[in-house]
Amino acid sequence: MTGISLFDVIGPNMVGPSSSHTAGAVSMALLARKIFYKEEKTKEQLMKRVDFTLYGSFAKTYKGHGTDRALLGGILGFATDDLRIRDAFSYAGKEGLEYTFTLSEEKDVHPNTADMDITGKDGRHLFVRGISLGGGKVKIARLNQIEVDFTGEYSTLIVSQTDKQGVAAHITKCLSDCGVNIAFMRIFREEKGARAYTVVESDEKIPKTVTEGIKENPHIMDVTLL
Amino acid sequence: MDFKNGSELLYLCRETGLPISEIMKRREMELSGMAEDGVEIRIGKALAIMDASAHEPLEREIHSMGGLIGGEARKLEAGSKSGLPLCGSVITKAITYAMAVLEVNASMGLIVAAPTAGSSGVLPGVLFALKEEYGWGEEILRKGLYTAGAVGYLLMRNASVSGAQAGCQAEVGSASAMAAGAAVEMAGGTPDQAMSAAVGALSNLLGLVCDPIGGLVETPCQNRNAAGAVNALINAQQALAGIRQRIPFDEMAQVMLNVGRSMPFELKESALGGCALAPSVCSMVSDCCSRL
Repeated sequence: MTGISLFDVIGPNMVGPSSSHTAGAVSMALLARKIFYKEEKTKEQLMKRVDFTLYGSFAKTYKGHGTDRALLGGILGFATDDLRIRDAFSYAGKEGLEYTFTLSEEKDVHPNTADMDITGKDGRHLFVRGISLGGGKVKIARLNQIEVDFTGEYSTLIVSQTDKQGVAAHITKCLSDCGVNIAFMRIFREEKGARAYTVVESDEKIPKTVTEGIKENPHIMDVTLL
Repeated sequence: MDFKNGSELLYLCRETGLPISEIMKRREMELSGMAEDGVEIRIGKALAIMDASAHEPLEREIHSMGGLIGGEARKLEAGSKSGLPLCGSVITKAITYAMAVLEVNASMGLIVAAPTAGSSGVLPGVLFALKEEYGWGEEILRKGLYTAGAVGYLLMRNASVSGAQAGCQAEVGSASAMAAGAAVEMAGGTPDQAMSAAVGALSNLLGLVCDPIGGLVETPCQNRNAAGAVNALINAQQALAGIRQRIPFDEMAQVMLNVGRSMPFELKESALGGCALAPSVCSMVSDCCSRL
Protein backbone atom coordinates (compact mmCIF):
# COMPACT_ATOMS: atom_id res chain seq x y z
CA MET A 1 0.00 0.00 0.00
CA THR A 2 1.29 3.47 -0.73
CA GLY A 3 1.04 5.88 2.15
CA ILE A 4 -1.59 8.10 0.51
CA SER A 5 -4.50 8.25 2.94
CA LEU A 6 -8.08 9.28 2.30
CA PHE A 7 -7.30 12.27 4.51
CA ASP A 8 -4.39 13.34 2.34
CA VAL A 9 -7.00 13.76 -0.41
CA ILE A 10 -9.95 14.99 1.65
CA GLY A 11 -7.64 17.14 3.76
CA PRO A 12 -5.68 18.48 5.39
CA ASN A 13 -8.17 20.53 7.36
CA MET A 14 -6.40 23.85 7.26
CA VAL A 15 -6.50 27.58 7.63
CA GLY A 16 -6.19 29.00 4.11
CA PRO A 17 -5.31 30.20 1.65
CA SER A 18 -2.50 27.93 0.45
CA SER A 19 -1.43 24.41 1.34
CA SER A 20 2.18 25.23 0.48
CA HIS A 21 2.43 28.86 1.62
CA THR A 22 0.17 28.66 4.67
CA ALA A 23 -0.34 25.08 5.94
CA GLY A 24 3.22 24.09 4.97
CA ALA A 25 4.60 27.14 6.77
CA VAL A 26 2.67 26.19 9.92
CA SER A 27 3.97 22.62 9.76
CA MET A 28 7.63 23.52 9.36
CA ALA A 29 7.44 25.99 12.24
CA LEU A 30 5.69 23.41 14.42
CA LEU A 31 8.56 21.02 13.73
CA ALA A 32 11.08 23.72 14.65
CA ARG A 33 9.19 24.31 17.90
CA LYS A 34 9.19 20.61 18.73
CA ILE A 35 12.92 20.34 18.06
CA PHE A 36 13.60 23.40 20.22
CA TYR A 37 11.48 22.38 23.17
CA LYS A 38 11.94 18.59 23.14
CA GLU A 39 9.62 17.19 25.82
CA GLU A 40 9.54 19.58 28.75
CA LYS A 41 10.18 23.26 29.08
CA THR A 42 10.79 25.42 32.10
CA LYS A 43 10.17 29.16 32.19
CA GLU A 44 13.86 29.86 31.55
CA GLN A 45 13.88 27.65 28.47
CA LEU A 46 11.03 29.45 26.71
CA MET A 47 11.68 31.11 23.40
CA LYS A 48 12.74 34.74 23.61
CA ARG A 49 12.81 35.59 19.95
CA VAL A 50 12.58 34.08 16.50
CA ASP A 51 14.19 35.59 13.43
CA PHE A 52 12.58 34.37 10.22
CA THR A 53 14.12 34.67 6.76
CA LEU A 54 11.89 34.05 3.75
CA TYR A 55 13.19 33.03 0.33
CA GLY A 56 11.85 32.80 -3.22
CA SER A 57 8.09 32.64 -3.59
CA PHE A 58 7.70 32.82 0.20
CA ALA A 59 9.49 36.18 0.16
CA LYS A 60 7.46 37.50 -2.77
CA THR A 61 3.94 36.47 -1.79
CA TYR A 62 4.03 36.00 1.98
CA LYS A 63 1.61 38.83 2.77
CA GLY A 64 -1.23 37.60 0.59
CA HIS A 65 -0.74 34.04 1.80
CA GLY A 66 -0.36 34.89 5.47
CA THR A 67 2.94 32.98 5.46
CA ASP A 68 4.29 35.24 8.22
CA ARG A 69 1.30 34.56 10.50
CA ALA A 70 1.50 30.87 9.64
CA LEU A 71 5.18 30.60 10.58
CA LEU A 72 4.63 32.50 13.81
CA GLY A 73 1.52 30.43 14.55
CA GLY A 74 3.47 27.19 14.16
CA ILE A 75 6.21 28.50 16.44
CA LEU A 76 3.47 29.25 19.01
CA GLY A 77 2.30 25.64 18.73
CA PHE A 78 -0.85 26.13 16.63
CA ALA A 79 -1.83 23.28 14.30
CA THR A 80 -2.63 23.86 10.60
CA ASP A 81 -6.39 24.01 11.36
CA ASP A 82 -6.13 26.39 14.32
CA LEU A 83 -7.92 29.67 13.59
CA ARG A 84 -5.66 31.48 16.07
CA ILE A 85 -3.10 31.52 13.23
CA ARG A 86 -4.89 34.59 11.84
CA ASP A 87 -4.04 36.50 15.01
CA ALA A 88 -0.60 35.02 15.53
CA PHE A 89 0.99 38.46 15.88
CA SER A 90 -1.16 39.37 18.87
CA TYR A 91 -0.71 35.93 20.47
CA ALA A 92 3.07 36.34 20.13
CA GLY A 93 2.74 39.75 21.78
CA LYS A 94 0.80 38.24 24.68
CA GLU A 95 3.50 35.61 25.19
CA GLY A 96 6.23 38.22 24.99
CA LEU A 97 7.81 36.48 22.01
CA GLU A 98 9.87 38.80 19.82
CA TYR A 99 10.08 38.15 16.11
CA THR A 100 11.51 39.62 12.92
CA PHE A 101 10.93 38.80 9.26
CA THR A 102 13.64 39.30 6.67
CA LEU A 103 13.18 38.83 2.94
CA SER A 104 16.09 37.29 1.10
CA GLU A 105 16.92 37.72 -2.58
CA GLU A 106 19.04 34.58 -2.60
CA LYS A 107 18.19 32.44 -5.61
CA ASP A 108 20.03 29.24 -4.81
CA VAL A 109 17.34 27.74 -2.57
CA HIS A 110 14.01 25.95 -3.07
CA PRO A 111 11.40 28.66 -3.80
CA ASN A 112 9.35 27.89 -0.69
CA THR A 113 12.04 28.08 1.95
CA ALA A 114 12.05 29.69 5.38
CA ASP A 115 14.81 29.91 7.98
CA MET A 116 13.87 30.03 11.65
CA ASP A 117 16.56 31.24 14.02
CA ILE A 118 15.27 30.64 17.53
CA THR A 119 16.79 32.12 20.69
CA GLY A 120 15.70 30.93 24.13
CA LYS A 121 15.47 33.00 27.30
CA ASP A 122 18.35 30.90 28.58
CA GLY A 123 20.45 31.90 25.56
CA ARG A 124 19.97 28.60 23.74
CA HIS A 125 20.08 28.83 19.93
CA LEU A 126 18.50 26.68 17.26
CA PHE A 127 18.61 27.31 13.54
CA VAL A 128 16.10 25.41 11.40
CA ARG A 129 15.63 25.65 7.64
CA GLY A 130 12.26 24.38 6.41
CA ILE A 131 11.10 23.75 2.86
CA SER A 132 7.44 23.55 1.84
CA LEU A 133 7.12 20.88 -0.85
CA GLY A 134 3.49 21.51 -1.85
CA GLY A 135 0.16 20.10 -0.67
CA GLY A 136 1.12 20.88 2.93
CA LYS A 137 4.11 18.52 2.87
CA VAL A 138 7.34 19.87 4.32
CA LYS A 139 10.88 18.87 5.07
CA ILE A 140 13.60 20.15 7.34
CA ALA A 141 16.72 20.88 5.28
CA ARG A 142 19.11 22.31 7.86
CA LEU A 143 19.65 22.08 11.60
CA ASN A 144 22.15 24.59 12.94
CA GLN A 145 25.12 24.35 10.55
CA ILE A 146 24.33 20.92 9.16
CA GLU A 147 22.34 20.02 6.05
CA VAL A 148 19.73 17.38 6.95
CA ASP A 149 16.68 15.88 5.25
CA PHE A 150 13.62 14.61 7.10
CA THR A 151 9.88 15.28 7.10
CA GLY A 152 8.66 14.64 10.63
CA GLU A 153 5.87 12.46 9.19
CA TYR A 154 7.32 9.40 10.89
CA SER A 155 8.22 9.01 14.52
CA THR A 156 11.62 10.68 14.35
CA LEU A 157 14.69 10.57 16.56
CA ILE A 158 17.37 13.24 16.13
CA VAL A 159 20.72 12.54 17.75
CA SER A 160 23.34 15.26 18.02
CA GLN A 161 26.79 13.72 18.20
CA THR A 162 30.47 13.95 17.41
CA ASP A 163 31.28 12.03 14.25
CA LYS A 164 33.14 9.14 15.95
CA GLN A 165 33.41 5.43 15.40
CA GLY A 166 30.79 3.29 17.10
CA VAL A 167 28.18 5.99 17.66
CA ALA A 168 25.84 4.69 14.95
CA ALA A 169 26.23 1.13 16.27
CA HIS A 170 25.38 2.34 19.77
CA ILE A 171 22.21 4.08 18.48
CA THR A 172 21.01 1.06 16.50
CA LYS A 173 21.68 -1.26 19.46
CA CYS A 174 19.61 0.96 21.78
CA LEU A 175 16.80 1.03 19.23
CA SER A 176 16.87 -2.70 18.72
CA ASP A 177 16.94 -3.28 22.53
CA CYS A 178 13.71 -1.29 22.70
CA GLY A 179 12.20 -3.26 19.83
CA VAL A 180 12.12 -0.35 17.38
CA ASN A 181 12.07 -1.21 13.70
CA ILE A 182 14.03 1.44 11.77
CA ALA A 183 12.35 2.66 8.55
CA PHE A 184 15.11 5.14 7.62
CA MET A 185 18.37 6.09 9.28
CA ARG A 186 20.84 8.64 8.03
CA ILE A 187 23.89 10.41 9.36
CA PHE A 188 24.44 14.03 8.34
CA ARG A 189 27.76 15.71 9.10
CA GLU A 190 29.71 18.81 8.26
CA GLU A 191 33.09 17.19 8.02
CA LYS A 192 34.87 14.10 9.27
CA GLY A 193 35.17 13.99 13.05
CA ALA A 194 33.06 17.12 13.56
CA ARG A 195 29.51 17.56 14.80
CA ALA A 196 26.90 15.35 13.14
CA TYR A 197 23.24 14.45 13.35
CA THR A 198 21.79 10.99 13.10
CA VAL A 199 18.15 11.02 12.06
CA VAL A 200 16.15 7.83 12.61
CA GLU A 201 12.60 7.45 11.33
CA SER A 202 10.30 4.63 12.32
CA ASP A 203 6.77 3.58 11.34
CA GLU A 204 5.80 2.83 14.91
CA LYS A 205 6.13 5.25 17.79
CA ILE A 206 9.70 5.34 19.13
CA PRO A 207 9.46 5.01 22.95
CA LYS A 208 10.86 7.78 25.13
CA THR A 209 12.93 5.30 27.13
CA VAL A 210 15.20 4.78 24.15
CA THR A 211 16.65 8.28 24.54
CA GLU A 212 18.11 7.50 28.01
CA GLY A 213 20.18 4.63 26.70
CA ILE A 214 21.37 6.59 23.68
CA LYS A 215 22.55 9.50 25.86
CA GLU A 216 24.95 7.20 27.73
CA ASN A 217 27.48 7.30 24.88
CA PRO A 218 30.08 10.02 25.60
CA HIS A 219 30.12 11.21 21.98
CA ILE A 220 26.40 11.98 22.05
CA MET A 221 25.46 15.50 23.09
CA ASP A 222 21.73 15.53 22.72
CA VAL A 223 18.72 13.41 21.74
CA THR A 224 15.40 14.74 20.49
CA LEU A 225 12.29 12.66 19.87
CA LEU A 226 9.61 14.07 17.55
CA MET B 1 -8.40 -4.03 0.06
CA ASP B 2 -5.89 -1.86 -1.80
CA PHE B 3 -6.02 -0.70 -5.42
CA LYS B 4 -3.38 1.02 -7.49
CA ASN B 5 -5.47 2.29 -10.38
CA GLY B 6 -8.99 2.72 -11.68
CA SER B 7 -9.25 -0.70 -13.28
CA GLU B 8 -8.25 -2.44 -10.04
CA LEU B 9 -10.82 -0.36 -8.18
CA LEU B 10 -13.58 -1.32 -10.63
CA TYR B 11 -12.48 -4.96 -10.47
CA LEU B 12 -12.79 -4.86 -6.65
CA CYS B 13 -16.26 -3.30 -6.97
CA ARG B 14 -17.34 -6.08 -9.35
CA GLU B 15 -15.85 -8.89 -7.24
CA THR B 16 -17.30 -7.69 -3.95
CA GLY B 17 -20.48 -6.03 -5.17
CA LEU B 18 -19.52 -3.03 -3.04
CA PRO B 19 -19.70 0.60 -4.13
CA ILE B 20 -16.53 2.70 -4.50
CA SER B 21 -17.22 4.49 -1.21
CA GLU B 22 -17.18 1.25 0.78
CA ILE B 23 -13.98 0.00 -0.88
CA MET B 24 -12.27 3.31 -0.10
CA LYS B 25 -13.44 3.24 3.50
CA ARG B 26 -12.07 -0.28 3.98
CA ARG B 27 -8.78 0.68 2.34
CA GLU B 28 -8.44 3.55 4.79
CA MET B 29 -9.18 1.29 7.77
CA GLU B 30 -6.43 -1.09 6.65
CA LEU B 31 -3.95 1.68 5.89
CA SER B 32 -4.44 3.60 9.12
CA GLY B 33 -5.23 0.72 11.44
CA MET B 34 -8.25 2.72 12.59
CA ALA B 35 -11.62 1.11 13.31
CA GLU B 36 -14.60 2.16 11.19
CA ASP B 37 -15.72 4.59 13.91
CA GLY B 38 -12.43 6.44 13.80
CA VAL B 39 -12.53 6.89 10.03
CA GLU B 40 -16.19 7.96 10.18
CA ILE B 41 -15.40 10.57 12.85
CA ARG B 42 -12.70 12.11 10.66
CA ILE B 43 -14.93 12.11 7.58
CA GLY B 44 -17.69 13.69 9.66
CA LYS B 45 -15.31 16.43 10.77
CA ALA B 46 -14.25 17.14 7.17
CA LEU B 47 -17.91 17.34 6.16
CA ALA B 48 -18.70 19.74 9.00
CA ILE B 49 -15.84 22.06 8.00
CA MET B 50 -16.97 21.95 4.37
CA ASP B 51 -20.52 22.78 5.45
CA ALA B 52 -19.40 25.77 7.52
CA SER B 53 -17.07 27.12 4.84
CA ALA B 54 -19.77 26.84 2.16
CA HIS B 55 -22.32 28.78 4.22
CA GLU B 56 -20.34 31.20 6.38
CA PRO B 57 -19.78 33.86 3.67
CA LEU B 58 -23.56 34.07 3.14
CA GLU B 59 -23.98 35.20 6.75
CA ARG B 60 -21.24 37.78 7.00
CA GLU B 61 -18.89 39.77 4.85
CA ILE B 62 -15.44 38.31 4.40
CA HIS B 63 -12.28 40.08 3.30
CA SER B 64 -9.52 38.23 1.55
CA MET B 65 -5.85 38.66 2.41
CA GLY B 66 -4.98 39.83 -1.08
CA GLY B 67 -8.11 41.95 -1.56
CA LEU B 68 -9.04 40.51 -4.95
CA ILE B 69 -12.17 38.63 -3.90
CA GLY B 70 -14.93 38.82 -1.31
CA GLY B 71 -18.72 38.99 -1.33
CA GLU B 72 -19.29 36.93 -4.50
CA ALA B 73 -21.32 34.21 -2.79
CA ARG B 74 -23.64 36.77 -1.21
CA LYS B 75 -24.22 38.41 -4.58
CA LEU B 76 -25.14 35.08 -6.11
CA GLU B 77 -27.52 34.30 -3.29
CA ALA B 78 -29.13 37.73 -3.50
CA GLY B 79 -29.48 37.31 -7.27
CA SER B 80 -31.09 33.95 -6.77
CA LYS B 81 -33.56 35.37 -4.23
CA SER B 82 -34.49 38.24 -6.51
CA GLY B 83 -35.30 35.76 -9.26
CA LEU B 84 -32.24 35.65 -11.55
CA PRO B 85 -33.50 32.96 -13.90
CA LEU B 86 -30.57 31.60 -15.88
CA CYS B 87 -28.95 28.73 -14.04
CA GLY B 88 -31.73 27.18 -12.03
CA SER B 89 -31.50 26.11 -8.44
CA VAL B 90 -28.91 23.29 -8.38
CA ILE B 91 -26.32 25.07 -10.48
CA THR B 92 -26.83 28.37 -8.68
CA LYS B 93 -26.28 26.69 -5.33
CA ALA B 94 -23.24 24.78 -6.58
CA ILE B 95 -21.49 27.90 -7.84
CA THR B 96 -22.52 29.91 -4.78
CA TYR B 97 -21.03 27.41 -2.34
CA ALA B 98 -17.95 26.77 -4.46
CA MET B 99 -17.18 30.49 -4.52
CA ALA B 100 -18.03 30.86 -0.82
CA VAL B 101 -15.42 28.30 0.20
CA LEU B 102 -12.74 30.16 -1.76
CA GLU B 103 -13.72 33.36 0.06
CA VAL B 104 -13.22 31.62 3.39
CA ASN B 105 -9.94 30.17 2.19
CA ALA B 106 -8.64 33.53 0.98
CA SER B 107 -9.43 35.15 4.34
CA MET B 108 -7.38 32.61 6.33
CA GLY B 109 -10.53 30.78 7.33
CA LEU B 110 -10.82 27.04 7.95
CA ILE B 111 -11.31 24.80 4.90
CA VAL B 112 -10.69 21.22 3.83
CA ALA B 113 -8.14 20.96 1.03
CA ALA B 114 -9.93 18.66 -1.43
CA PRO B 115 -7.56 17.84 -2.99
CA THR B 116 -5.92 21.28 -2.55
CA ALA B 117 -6.76 24.60 -0.92
CA GLY B 118 -7.01 26.28 -4.33
CA SER B 119 -9.64 23.76 -5.45
CA SER B 120 -11.37 23.40 -2.08
CA GLY B 121 -14.70 24.84 -3.25
CA VAL B 122 -15.59 22.30 -5.93
CA LEU B 123 -16.56 19.33 -3.78
CA PRO B 124 -18.53 21.27 -1.12
CA GLY B 125 -20.26 23.17 -3.94
CA VAL B 126 -21.55 19.95 -5.46
CA LEU B 127 -22.25 18.13 -2.18
CA PHE B 128 -24.29 20.87 -0.50
CA ALA B 129 -26.16 21.90 -3.65
CA LEU B 130 -27.34 18.30 -4.07
CA LYS B 131 -28.03 17.86 -0.36
CA GLU B 132 -30.26 20.91 -0.21
CA GLU B 133 -31.91 20.34 -3.55
CA TYR B 134 -32.81 16.70 -2.96
CA GLY B 135 -32.95 16.57 0.84
CA TRP B 136 -30.12 14.02 1.04
CA GLY B 137 -28.95 13.16 4.54
CA GLU B 138 -25.44 13.14 5.93
CA GLU B 139 -25.09 9.39 5.27
CA ILE B 140 -25.32 10.01 1.53
CA LEU B 141 -22.89 12.92 1.68
CA ARG B 142 -20.37 10.77 3.53
CA LYS B 143 -20.54 8.23 0.73
CA GLY B 144 -19.84 11.05 -1.67
CA LEU B 145 -16.73 12.03 0.28
CA TYR B 146 -15.36 8.47 0.26
CA THR B 147 -15.97 8.15 -3.47
CA ALA B 148 -14.38 11.54 -4.13
CA GLY B 149 -11.48 10.41 -1.96
CA ALA B 150 -10.98 7.29 -4.10
CA VAL B 151 -10.87 9.29 -7.34
CA GLY B 152 -8.56 11.89 -5.78
CA TYR B 153 -6.25 9.25 -4.33
CA LEU B 154 -5.81 7.67 -7.77
CA LEU B 155 -5.05 11.05 -9.35
CA MET B 156 -2.64 11.95 -6.57
CA ARG B 157 -0.92 8.59 -6.95
CA ASN B 158 -0.88 8.17 -10.73
CA ALA B 159 -1.11 11.73 -12.09
CA SER B 160 -0.85 14.97 -10.10
CA VAL B 161 -3.01 17.27 -8.02
CA SER B 162 -0.44 20.05 -7.91
CA GLY B 163 -0.84 23.29 -9.86
CA ALA B 164 2.92 23.79 -9.78
CA GLN B 165 3.41 20.37 -11.36
CA ALA B 166 0.55 20.13 -13.82
CA GLY B 167 -1.51 23.33 -13.84
CA CYS B 168 -5.07 24.04 -12.75
CA GLN B 169 -6.31 20.96 -14.61
CA ALA B 170 -4.58 18.99 -11.83
CA GLU B 171 -6.23 21.01 -9.07
CA VAL B 172 -9.71 22.13 -10.16
CA GLY B 173 -9.72 19.38 -12.83
CA SER B 174 -9.04 16.71 -10.22
CA ALA B 175 -11.52 18.24 -7.77
CA SER B 176 -14.13 18.25 -10.52
CA ALA B 177 -13.45 14.59 -11.33
CA MET B 178 -13.76 13.74 -7.64
CA ALA B 179 -17.04 15.62 -7.33
CA ALA B 180 -18.40 14.06 -10.52
CA GLY B 181 -17.69 10.55 -9.23
CA ALA B 182 -19.19 11.48 -5.87
CA ALA B 183 -22.37 12.87 -7.44
CA VAL B 184 -22.89 9.69 -9.47
CA GLU B 185 -22.57 7.40 -6.47
CA MET B 186 -24.77 9.63 -4.29
CA ALA B 187 -27.43 9.60 -7.01
CA GLY B 188 -27.36 5.80 -7.12
CA GLY B 189 -25.20 5.28 -10.18
CA THR B 190 -22.79 2.37 -10.69
CA PRO B 191 -19.01 2.42 -10.03
CA ASP B 192 -18.45 2.33 -13.82
CA GLN B 193 -20.63 5.39 -14.24
CA ALA B 194 -18.84 7.19 -11.43
CA MET B 195 -15.43 6.62 -13.02
CA SER B 196 -16.76 7.57 -16.45
CA ALA B 197 -18.06 10.86 -15.02
CA ALA B 198 -14.61 11.49 -13.52
CA VAL B 199 -13.03 10.92 -16.94
CA GLY B 200 -15.40 13.38 -18.60
CA ALA B 201 -14.74 15.99 -15.93
CA LEU B 202 -10.98 15.67 -16.39
CA SER B 203 -11.13 15.81 -20.16
CA ASN B 204 -13.28 18.96 -20.19
CA LEU B 205 -10.74 20.85 -18.12
CA LEU B 206 -7.68 19.37 -19.81
CA GLY B 207 -5.01 21.97 -20.40
CA LEU B 208 -6.35 24.45 -17.87
CA VAL B 209 -3.44 26.58 -16.75
CA CYS B 210 -2.60 27.73 -13.22
CA ASP B 211 -2.10 31.50 -13.43
CA PRO B 212 -3.02 33.06 -10.08
CA ILE B 213 -2.94 36.84 -10.10
CA GLY B 214 -0.19 38.00 -7.79
CA GLY B 215 0.49 34.36 -6.95
CA LEU B 216 -2.54 34.50 -4.64
CA VAL B 217 -5.20 31.82 -4.30
CA GLU B 218 -7.98 34.24 -5.26
CA THR B 219 -8.47 35.11 -8.93
CA PRO B 220 -9.08 33.30 -11.27
CA CYS B 221 -9.10 30.40 -8.76
CA GLN B 222 -12.45 31.26 -7.22
CA ASN B 223 -14.30 31.41 -10.53
CA ARG B 224 -12.69 28.19 -11.68
CA ASN B 225 -13.99 26.44 -8.61
CA ALA B 226 -17.49 27.43 -9.72
CA ALA B 227 -16.72 26.08 -13.20
CA GLY B 228 -15.31 22.87 -11.72
CA ALA B 229 -18.46 22.30 -9.67
CA VAL B 230 -20.79 22.77 -12.63
CA ASN B 231 -18.53 20.64 -14.82
CA ALA B 232 -18.88 17.86 -12.24
CA LEU B 233 -22.67 18.08 -12.41
CA ILE B 234 -22.66 18.00 -16.21
CA ASN B 235 -20.57 14.86 -16.27
CA ALA B 236 -22.50 13.14 -13.51
CA GLN B 237 -25.76 13.80 -15.34
CA GLN B 238 -24.29 12.44 -18.57
CA ALA B 239 -22.94 9.31 -16.90
CA LEU B 240 -26.21 8.63 -15.09
CA ALA B 241 -28.04 8.99 -18.40
CA GLY B 242 -25.85 6.21 -19.77
CA ILE B 243 -23.30 8.22 -21.75
CA ARG B 244 -19.92 6.48 -21.51
CA GLN B 245 -16.58 8.16 -22.01
CA ARG B 246 -14.38 6.40 -24.57
CA ILE B 247 -11.17 6.83 -22.62
CA PRO B 248 -10.70 4.65 -19.51
CA PHE B 249 -9.91 6.42 -16.23
CA ASP B 250 -6.29 5.28 -15.98
CA GLU B 251 -5.49 6.48 -19.48
CA MET B 252 -7.17 9.80 -18.76
CA ALA B 253 -5.10 10.26 -15.60
CA GLN B 254 -1.96 9.68 -17.66
CA VAL B 255 -3.20 12.06 -20.36
CA MET B 256 -3.73 14.78 -17.77
CA LEU B 257 -0.26 14.25 -16.34
CA ASN B 258 1.32 14.33 -19.81
CA VAL B 259 -0.46 17.56 -20.70
CA GLY B 260 0.71 18.99 -17.39
CA ARG B 261 4.30 18.03 -18.14
CA SER B 262 4.20 19.73 -21.49
CA MET B 263 2.88 22.99 -20.04
CA PRO B 264 5.50 25.70 -19.69
CA PHE B 265 6.68 26.80 -16.25
CA GLU B 266 5.00 30.20 -16.74
CA LEU B 267 1.58 28.53 -16.68
CA LYS B 268 2.11 26.38 -13.61
CA GLU B 269 1.49 28.48 -10.50
CA SER B 270 4.50 30.72 -11.06
CA ALA B 271 2.30 33.82 -11.60
CA LEU B 272 4.44 34.54 -14.66
CA GLY B 273 1.84 33.88 -17.34
CA GLY B 274 -1.85 33.73 -18.23
CA CYS B 275 -4.24 35.94 -16.26
CA ALA B 276 -1.42 36.86 -13.88
CA LEU B 277 0.19 38.95 -16.61
CA ALA B 278 -2.89 40.93 -17.65
CA PRO B 279 -1.72 44.55 -17.15
CA SER B 280 -4.82 45.76 -15.31
CA VAL B 281 -4.52 43.19 -12.56
CA CYS B 282 -0.75 43.42 -12.11
CA SER B 283 -1.07 46.89 -10.60
CA MET B 284 -3.90 45.78 -8.30
CA VAL B 285 -1.72 43.37 -6.40
CA SER B 286 1.47 45.39 -6.11
CA ASP B 287 0.87 45.86 -2.40
CA CYS B 288 0.69 42.21 -1.47
CA CYS B 289 3.15 40.98 -4.02
CA SER B 290 6.57 42.58 -4.19
CA ARG B 291 7.44 41.03 -7.54
CA LEU B 292 4.67 42.80 -9.43
